[in-house]
Amino acid sequence: MLWLHRFGSLPYFYRISRPIALALAVPGVLLAAYGVYGGLVEAPVDYQQGDAFRILYIHVPSAWLSLFGYTSMAVAGFVALVWRLKLAEIFLVAAAPVGASFTFLALVTGSIWGKPMWGTWWVWDARLTSELILLFLYLGVIALHNAIESPRTAARACSLLALVGVINVPIIHYSVEWWNTLHQGPTVTRFGRPAMEMDMLVPLLCAALGFTLIFGWLTLWGMRAQLLWRERRSRWVKRLFSDG
Amino acid sequence: MTRTRRRRLMLVGGLFVGLAAAVALALTAFSENILYFYQPSEIAAGEVPTHTRFRIGGLVENGSVERNNDDLLVRFTLADCEASVPVQFKGTLPDLFREGQGIVAYGALNESGQFVADEVLAKHDENYMSPDVAEAMKNQQGESCMPTNMQAKR
Amino acid sequence: MDDFWAMGGYAAYVWSSYGIAAVVLLGNVFGPLIAHRRIARRIKNEEFDD
Repeated sequence: MLWLHRFGSLPYFYRISRPIALALAVPGVLLAAYGVYGGLVEAPVDYQQGDAFRILYIHVPSAWLSLFGYTSMAVAGFVALVWRLKLAEIFLVAAAPVGASFTFLALVTGSIWGKPMWGTWWVWDARLTSELILLFLYLGVIALHNAIESPRTAARACSLLALVGVINVPIIHYSVEWWNTLHQGPTVTRFGRPAMEMDMLVPLLCAALGFTLIFGWLTLWGMRAQLLWRERRSRWVKRLFSDG
Repeated sequence: MTRTRRRRLMLVGGLFVGLAAAVALALTAFSENILYFYQPSEIAAGEVPTHTRFRIGGLVENGSVERNNDDLLVRFTLADCEASVPVQFKGTLPDLFREGQGIVAYGALNESGQFVADEVLAKHDENYMSPDVAEAMKNQQGESCMPTNMQAKR
Repeated sequence: MDDFWAMGGYAAYVWSSYGIAAVVLLGNVFGPLIAHRRIARRIKNEEFDD
């Protein structure tokens, strides 16, 4: 438990978050670049959708991160509510805009993909509607944080919203299995017979992992900015800038 | 764990569990309304409120597509394993529209039992593969009369 | 190479998806970096408005 206390120390976190961010950024960018290259160039065309299916390599990682990001925010919100851990509050606030932008990307790329394949930009089926609600939940967290003056009160309100909203995450994931939807069922998480050829699947997994690392990198930088601002009156922050 | 933390844990946990249960109940209660489409056999069995507009999902029956080049009118039948419904549609079809493809059409039945659609959307499956592999798999296993991705959920 | 850019006739859809993704990602990279720099400068000059 000692390392946890040390990690919970804000000056220590500020110091080590920079090399950690770099350690996430380099493999993240390389993996994502390989994944996108593999998806656009190396993967064969799809038997049904031809080259249009290549939108998948940006759509699926974005959709995955929209769910992963919100779930991680809910976990942080729970920790922030019960243990009042400042770093958890800062993570929650810093992850929200990154998660929101991936949710936006998932919706927009899905829409662009839907037009030629399904024949429509948008339908109000269970999958698309619940994903749109997720975007509003993200925007709600961001708006709540901006609206409340006191950072602690704001973080508490955001934590509560993140925790309540996470109920939507399993609904999004299982919507295609519970209800009739225009959106097709799960490909990657399906058990048994692989639903995707290996040459297509490997770049997708690389892109998903790469974008996840990028998510961590960007969130860490957001946390560093939040941390500095919230601790601007503390001695360690002043000392940080006194000799520069 | 201190007493205040335990109290907070119970409070937050209890709140969350209660809310999740409420949402689960609400979704179960309204699940009929979240359904996106009905199947041809459900229409044949009279389970669909046919006096209003609704969506119908099925496979385009092989050899059923008739196009009229003059006015873009397309006729085809949508089928599942037990029943089929004749559909007519005037407009642009999605690129994936073809015989054997899963289709969701929106419209209403007319007096002669024809489904007049004003929107036709394609519902593709969750499989991704190259044309060669698809060809090999097609020879291996016969085509199903209603693939799982088109089956209505109840 | 022309074949690659044509994307089997779906060029407009595929490339606009990737273009939007690139813009959003770049915004995400520079947003926090710029915010961090601005906050650091304000702390250095002690420009707190509250």
